[in-house]
Amino acid sequence: MTWYDSLLQQLADGLVLGSFYALVALGYTMVFGVIKLLNFAHGDLYMTGAFAGFGGLSLVSGVLGAGWLGIFVAMLLAMLAVGCLGVVIERIAYHPMLAAPRLSILITALAVSLVLQNAALSLTGGQYTAFRTDLGFGGLSLGNLFISYNQIVLVATAAVLMIALELFVSKTLYGRAMRAVAIDKDMCRMLGINVSAVIAITFFIGSGLAAAAGTMAGAYYGSIWYFMGFLIGLKAFTAAVIGGIGSITGAMLGGLILGLLESFGTHIPFIGSEWKDVFTFAILILVLVFKPTGLLGKSEVERM
Amino acid sequence: MTQTATRDDDVAAGPRASAERQGDVRLSLQGVDAFYGQIQALRGVSLEVRQGEIVTLLGSNGAGKSTTLKTISGLVRARQGDVCLEGESIARLPAHQIARRGVVHVPEGRRVLRGLTVKENLELGAFTLKDNALRRQRLEEVYALFPILHERRHQDGSLLSGGQQQMLAMGRALMHGPNVMLLDEPSMGLAPKLVTEIMRIIKRLNEAGTTILLVEQNARLALRLAHYAYVIENGEIRMQGDAAAMREDASVVKAYLGLGD
Repeated sequence: MTWYDSLLQQLADGLVLGSFYALVALGYTMVFGVIKLLNFAHGDLYMTGAFAGFGGLSLVSGVLGAGWLGIFVAMLLAMLAVGCLGVVIERIAYHPMLAAPRLSILITALAVSLVLQNAALSLTGGQYTAFRTDLGFGGLSLGNLFISYNQIVLVATAAVLMIALELFVSKTLYGRAMRAVAIDKDMCRMLGINVSAVIAITFFIGSGLAAAAGTMAGAYYGSIWYFMGFLIGLKAFTAAVIGGIGSITGAMLGGLILGLLESFGTHIPFIGSEWKDVFTFAILILVLVFKPTGLLGKSEVERM
Repeated sequence: MTQTATRDDDVAAGPRASAERQGDVRLSLQGVDAFYGQIQALRGVSLEVRQGEIVTLLGSNGAGKSTTLKTISGLVRARQGDVCLEGESIARLPAHQIARRGVVHVPEGRRVLRGLTVKENLELGAFTLKDNALRRQRLEEVYALFPILHERRHQDGSLLSGGQQQMLAMGRALMHGPNVMLLDEPSMGLAPKLVTEIMRIIKRLNEAGTTILLVEQNARLALRLAHYAYVIENGEIRMQGDAAAMREDASVVKAYLGLGD
């Protein structure tokens, strides 16, 4: 394998990883945009989404099979279910805290994270659950380079979801309202925009995207467990910060960059794959030191 | 002109009937108290805005002018008293529902939504409008009224000059199809020539049928434009009357507003 093939291979792997990070980072950044909350429970919605996708697949696999079609339908079901869960969480846990000091709501988010994790822990007994699919192992071989069809479908699905989100936010009235709510809630109220409804929609979409990532990750890696959301939550947060928290395009970009960096970083000589998390969070620290607003962030981002 | 007594026991005195005022009452405040935390900002404020009028609310900085508008649009809650739109209480409605009833607040400082283009800002003004054709038609009307907004429609609204931002804020309110327009300091920070322009537009909007409650620090200007005026001081209405009469009474204006020339 030449260095060139190796580079391309890392690129392909990095794109897959980056797609997961980007989808989860979007929820972080959207929620931060509308209510200035770092929703530390967001990674756990990804985990919940993986289990919801698992449940969804067992519902539909009898009819649709456990190939991409079944997984796709299961993913949509998981997005719907976890989207609703996100809305319920916002209503119960965050909405009453919106007027409280910012630290209170941040602690609430940590509590929600613990609730979700422990609910999953007690339901699964802390065991890994096998996410069985009928996905093949086929792919494209280009010389020494191998890209599986699964990787291609996964990246393409993530891309479609992100393009749909971008269109929603830039072209539809509700998408514009979402951007407007992120800027000035009172002004939105004066224009007749139901700010609470816009916040609910934001949670629905953000949680749904996390669930999409969770289902795809479960299908791709083949197993899921209650703690799977923790690390990706932190990494998606890192991705959102790299891109500029509050910026939707930034979250997509940050996710992809982080996925690629991690993929390449583990192949730098003397930095083995056991160092990859250190590598990721070192990047977070560097970004926070040298460009705290991120690549596309606005300068008036408040510190938490 | 009537002079409302300033003794504490008489602060709830409502607006005195005025023979010259015509038209149905669109908007009324009755004995409104409002607070910011522990601090009382409004004390028994009563006023009326009638169909087709420009009513101006005058007063110095911190007198309670903006708070009065915010209490009407629901951003600040009346702790006592009532706010009525066409005889129906709106004091307990959430702000966005008050806006949906046609009370549109153009706030101090314009509050153009930064990061959104001029066109997007305008379209959000018509957020509640379900009819796309009507929205397009209103957009054309606003562009006709403010050609500069059409020219700049693809620019970030926050990059406009102060005067253009004021036009954008007013255009955004017009997109809504307002029943009553609340204008807070539209002349603030603008060059004299632009102030004249904005005032001309306010007059034109009013002639086209929009009822307006105008808050201004520039009393001279506001009194030239308005039909009826209230003076607020320390959260209380201290004086009210026909704008023309108040304009004549320079001594009173001077005493209450500290306005030389």
